[in-house]
Amino acid sequence: MPVTPVVEMRGITKVFPLVVANDQVDLEVYPGEILGLLGENGAGKSVLMSILYGLLQPTSGEIRIDGKAVEFDSAHDAIAQGIGMVHQHFMLVPPLTVVENIVLGAEPQRSGGRLDMETAARQVAELSQKHGLEVDLQAKVEDIPVGMAQRVEILKAIYRRARVLVLDEPTAVLTPQEVEGLYSIMRSLADAGVPVIFITHKLHELIGVCDRITVMRRGKVIGSVDTADATPPLLAEMMVGREVILQIDKSPAEPTDTVLTVDSLTIDAADRDLTLLDGISFEVKAGEIVGVAGIAGNGQDELLDALSGLRSPTSGTISLRGTDITATDRRQRIRSGISMIPQDRQREGLILSFTIADNIVLGEHRTTRFSSRLKRKFEAISAYARKLMEAFDVRANDETVLVSNLSGGNQQKVVVAREMSRDTKLLIAAQPTRGVDVGAIEFIHRNIVDMRDQGAAVLLVSTELDEVMQLSDRILVLFRGRIIGEVAGADASLETVGLWMAGHREVAT
Amino acid sequence: MELLGAILSTATIAAMIRSATPLTLAAMGGIFSERGGVINIALEGIMLTGAFTAVLFSTIGASIGLPAGASAMLGVAAAVIFGLAIALIHAYFSITLRVNQLVSGVAINMLAFGITGLLLQLIFNVTGNSPAAPDMKPMPIPFLADIPVLGPILFQHQPIVYVMFLAVPFSAFLIKSTPYGLRLRAAGDKPAAIDTVGVDVHRIRYIGVGLSGVFAGLAGAYLSLGQLNFFSEGMTSGRGFIALAAVIFGNWRPWQAFGAALLFGFSDAVQIALQNAGMSVPSDFLLMAPYVVTLIALAGFIKKAVPPAAIGQPYPAEEPI
Repeated sequence: MPVTPVVEMRGITKVFPLVVANDQVDLEVYPGEILGLLGENGAGKSVLMSILYGLLQPTSGEIRIDGKAVEFDSAHDAIAQGIGMVHQHFMLVPPLTVVENIVLGAEPQRSGGRLDMETAARQVAELSQKHGLEVDLQAKVEDIPVGMAQRVEILKAIYRRARVLVLDEPTAVLTPQEVEGLYSIMRSLADAGVPVIFITHKLHELIGVCDRITVMRRGKVIGSVDTADATPPLLAEMMVGREVILQIDKSPAEPTDTVLTVDSLTIDAADRDLTLLDGISFEVKAGEIVGVAGIAGNGQDELLDALSGLRSPTSGTISLRGTDITATDRRQRIRSGISMIPQDRQREGLILSFTIADNIVLGEHRTTRFSSRLKRKFEAISAYARKLMEAFDVRANDETVLVSNLSGGNQQKVVVAREMSRDTKLLIAAQPTRGVDVGAIEFIHRNIVDMRDQGAAVLLVSTELDEVMQLSDRILVLFRGRIIGEVAGADASLETVGLWMAGHREVAT
Repeated sequence: MELLGAILSTATIAAMIRSATPLTLAAMGGIFSERGGVINIALEGIMLTGAFTAVLFSTIGASIGLPAGASAMLGVAAAVIFGLAIALIHAYFSITLRVNQLVSGVAINMLAFGITGLLLQLIFNVTGNSPAAPDMKPMPIPFLADIPVLGPILFQHQPIVYVMFLAVPFSAFLIKSTPYGLRLRAAGDKPAAIDTVGVDVHRIRYIGVGLSGVFAGLAGAYLSLGQLNFFSEGMTSGRGFIALAAVIFGNWRPWQAFGAALLFGFSDAVQIALQNAGMSVPSDFLLMAPYVVTLIALAGFIKKAVPPAAIGQPYPAEEPI
């Protein structure tokens, strides 16, 4: 007897005024499984899940729960039918406690319409224990770490008796350890009878975790594969419709003059007795890419802040082509030819409420090219922005669109376009592909290599080991504020670098 | 010493309670609206409307032959209903039409000032003050009223003062201990969080703003039929704003806002006591006292008031397509 899917979506079509977001989509989730839903940004995953969660109504198509057709007019209906969802941006009320957030909207009551927070706390504690979702019940959500906030979201869904749980890009905000914890939670939920739909655009994440992977592209389901049969190249091809060069094609580096010299750079914490960066020294030459690998929090932030001029080092010097620039500010560094792709594009790379054009000229907005003494040169700004949008494939109607309205991938392309179009002697790229889809990753990597070939020095700082391994001509590994190892890109093995990242230098040598 | 005695007399404390009554009631209303995320500077206009309709309907009651007490009750009921109606206009503009909440509030205040003045002329054929109407009489509470000191301070007031005494714990209870209160707080801090669990954000906010109208309307009735027995043009003279100051000073919490209202009420009562004691200071200066205290309270002594995070923001943040 065939197993009935817990959730079955049949022929779902959703037409918006300008686009068909979902086109005859079929999706089913079986008891006990973790289903990966993979697709690039804008492939229609989020729209499909919004339909499943009752936030959008399909133009046509049918949803069945346990084989019975249902119709959702609102999230309320979907929740009542057992659909649980953890949104990418948490839907928690910061000043309320963990318990209050979990029971919100389905609060246990005593007589007289009073809240019964004791019962609530007891019920939540039971669920938390049963599924290994450790949370601090009485803490305010504003005080808890991101990983716990995510467990609160999962508990919120379970508390509402979710029979299937949708996780939208759940790993984007987590540390590697928290990611591992999340995977084991997902497995235990699936085993306990709550199948999980895991939405992501990072294909590497899916293979170890999911039982089955469904791939979407441009609003359609391209196909479903069992994880056992899935390989990254296969998934990537399904996702973008052509074979993606996951291994970037590049010629050996031909380094020339030294561009960046970092000498005995040390940074102590301002508020604690702690050395965050401990006398590190290295050089980057024109025509080479130096990758800095390491688990987040081992001194990368401090190194980047010191290089960009946001933070003065406790001791040590930074030189650009022989000139000491340790004491210069950010504007002077931009003028002297340093470009920087910051790790957090929304906080440090963009002004979200400005247009694409204004963001693209940021940093150069005072130059005579874009500004006379009194007035900005809007024609020149627009023309330049349009040129870069074309060259870097920023997808938006025109240059006057606000950056806040762009997808994450397109936002990143705006930053990349700006930083890579200057006369750059040194490019500092921090997490240049964080949160962007496969097609865009390839594009950005290609551009970084091209800049190198044109004679720029490139310092790549990334916690994605694959990225560092693929792009770098030399690899430095940061561990607790020190460079624990250095290896030529061509000689680096995943095992060696991985061990160094974990601090096992002596084992590795 | 004599002066100090006059200030700290039982009479002054009782006057403080009376002055604090409309402020407290309106402040409770303000809390309900603002905890849910809707700024309500329309409290002033709602109070003024309440004051006017209370006198109007009390007069109507008398003219159709109702006894004085019943006429006054009719007036109070009308004030509450009209307060609710005006508040719902603010809710409709702020919540449904997503108009800037300050603009809507200012418009309602100006409208209320204009219309009550106009109707005063059209209906009563006077400007400035309306004719006298049947007012609320003090209702001493048996036995309790006879307790020395406490009796005159707490238990020899109009019924609306007793309602005020109940309104504070009621508000605190509703906000802290009921599902509605939890949802209201969530609506004011992160509306998307309750929307995604299937709770209607607009409904929660409408109820909050509606409650503000009920309380502010009642506060208005107290001004015209409780403290006086007639309506006077612009008689709220900024009390709606002082109530809002009490909301902020009280960190959007009922008991603390009550405390702030008592402080403002006290400065008002002292001002009256000083006038009666024949201070040789121009009365205009004394009349400024409550406002000065409000300013000082807001500017200087306020620790760090944390308003609801989503206050002033329509929901959803983006205009629906």
